[in-house]
Amino acid sequence: MEELEYPFRAEWLMKKKRSLKKQLLAEEGISFLKKRIAILGGSTTDEIRNMLELFLLNYGIKASFYESEYNRYYEDGMFDNPELEVFAPEIIYIHTSARNITEWPTVSDSRECVDRKLDAVFDKFAGLWGHLEEKYHCPVIQNNFELPFYRLLGNQDACFFQGKVNFVSRLNLRFYEYAEKHRNFYIHDIHYEAASYGLEKWSAPFYWHMYKYAMCVPAIPYTAYNVALIIKSLFGKNKKALALDLDNTLWGGVIGDDGAESIEIGQETSLGQTYSEFQSYLKELKQIGVLLTVISKNNEDTAKTGFGREDSVLSLRDFAAFTANWEPKDRNLVRTAAELNLLPEAFVFVDDNPAEREIVRQGVLGAAVPEIGEVEQYLQVLDRAGYFEVTELSADDQKRSEMYRANAERSRAQAQFADYGEYLLSLNMKGNIRPFEADYMARIAQLSNKSNQFNLTTRRYTQTEIETIAASERYITLYGKLEDKFGDNGVVSVIIGEIRGKELHLDLWLMSCRVLKRDMEYAMMDELVKVSKERGISDIFGYYYPTPKNSMVKEFFALQGFQKIREDEKGNTEWKFSIPEIYEQKNNVIQVNGREKQV
Amino acid sequence: MNREEVLEKLTEIFREVFDDEEIVINDATVAGDIEGWDSLMHITLIGTVEDEFDMKFAMKDVVGMKNVGEMVSLILEGMDS
Repeated sequence: MEELEYPFRAEWLMKKKRSLKKQLLAEEGISFLKKRIAILGGSTTDEIRNMLELFLLNYGIKASFYESEYNRYYEDGMFDNPELEVFAPEIIYIHTSARNITEWPTVSDSRECVDRKLDAVFDKFAGLWGHLEEKYHCPVIQNNFELPFYRLLGNQDACFFQGKVNFVSRLNLRFYEYAEKHRNFYIHDIHYEAASYGLEKWSAPFYWHMYKYAMCVPAIPYTAYNVALIIKSLFGKNKKALALDLDNTLWGGVIGDDGAESIEIGQETSLGQTYSEFQSYLKELKQIGVLLTVISKNNEDTAKTGFGREDSVLSLRDFAAFTANWEPKDRNLVRTAAELNLLPEAFVFVDDNPAEREIVRQGVLGAAVPEIGEVEQYLQVLDRAGYFEVTELSADDQKRSEMYRANAERSRAQAQFADYGEYLLSLNMKGNIRPFEADYMARIAQLSNKSNQFNLTTRRYTQTEIETIAASERYITLYGKLEDKFGDNGVVSVIIGEIRGKELHLDLWLMSCRVLKRDMEYAMMDELVKVSKERGISDIFGYYYPTPKNSMVKEFFALQGFQKIREDEKGNTEWKFSIPEIYEQKNNVIQVNGREKQV
Repeated sequence: MNREEVLEKLTEIFREVFDDEEIVINDATVAGDIEGWDSLMHITLIGTVEDEFDMKFAMKDVVGMKNVGEMVSLILEGMDS
């Protein structure tokens, strides 16, 4: 819903929240991801919950909430709490603020005394986090502290150890150190939000004394939005790629008319500098794993000359795909998405032309199409919108662009082979297919939440659920890693099967589209059969539940040699595979678990 | 703006906030007369009124506000200053 996209009108959202919620819930064709979120508040949280609910619905997440009583965040989280236990939160959000700091330094305190106070505040929080982690095994999102709303020591409040500003700054650093050492613990940066909104307005005492809100009510949508960003990122709802226009988006002017020498880029003019800064920002996005693509109405050769300039920040190598032609942009976007094995809705479309934006908005449902304003606003609009909100900076993310380039190299290599099988052999693929292991639990849970296309049942799992299943004798689990001579793709496939007597029922079978057509699915099947045999299984049952996105695997089980035994009116199908005495390996191009390939 | 005009605009705000096109208010209207006008929605209402009329209520005014008529008076005062 456009109204909930950044930049939004905060007051308007507050006013219309009731009718917006109705509209969002009434939207057809959306299968919401259901999540349980506990809000532990050090101040009033009602409106934060309301707004969070709206933004999450807009991301396709339908949340149910547990809310602590006003300022009971500590007691509710720390001590026996049957209600919260039954609720079984999948996210815990601790909404505290500088209003919750009770041990402030005073001017007569010694340095040691202030240090002790700092330890006391930090230890209280750290104790709570440790307890929550142990008890609920779910991600915890914790506010840092905003700057105090007054400064007794004026400017020196920042550097004197007796200063509140100094105290808050040190406390925040302690929080960040904890975050660095603990996975599943995330900082929500109200400090930045308050600064960005304007601290004076943000912390107006009116709202604390009237309603016990830590911040001014009109700022609540921004806080809720940022918490929603973290949550949607954790549940795999981030965007993955940018589709960028060129003329008046990446540089000033029209390259077809003005020529590469006359476009505005580089350090010579104010406008040129602004476009350069935006290009630098895009290059930084690429470094966190965002794919950059171009969709421009231009002749391809002309368009490319813009990146040939010496002062161009971006070069052609930075783009995972480059489209310059005269076809409608919505069609080009869909084609680019297909080329990269991504869904069109994983894209953010950036174009200065409102008409083009409208075409893409109409033609590509689910893609983000921000109102980016003028060039001097592009960077901040994209940045604040949080399309690519980082919750984990894995080596995988930083390598993503590399992976897609490796894929392009694979395509070129493929062109040299007349026979696809020979091409696959030439890749020297090595697979690791094993029961779930501790190192990969997070990635396995992430895949279960992210994979839509090659996913037979589209079941979503939290990391805790994955860990429980891995430890249980009742299940057979397999993850598959794949590398080849061009690079390591990491964990790309996951299977979970439940054992019932001599039967194995497949709850989950998914694969990342990164490795389509590499025979990895056959290698997984071979290993599944091998492991099942060892566990005395005679029959494997597969299930396919259709969604708007997974039609590519409708006949997957047939390909693997399963027989269809049931189909209902909704298209749900059930398949059976009786393990034969002698099973013929299906994969003969991937070397699995260090064993020799069977040719 | 005079009282009638303020009351008219206020009616629109009430209808939007409480998502009910049939709400009618007058000077004597109090929270109990409107479905859903609880302490939570009161916060939204105050915020929206401040935004729409481009004014701010003082805390003592919000605390003492007894009915819609008083709200209208405070809005008129707030817009003057």
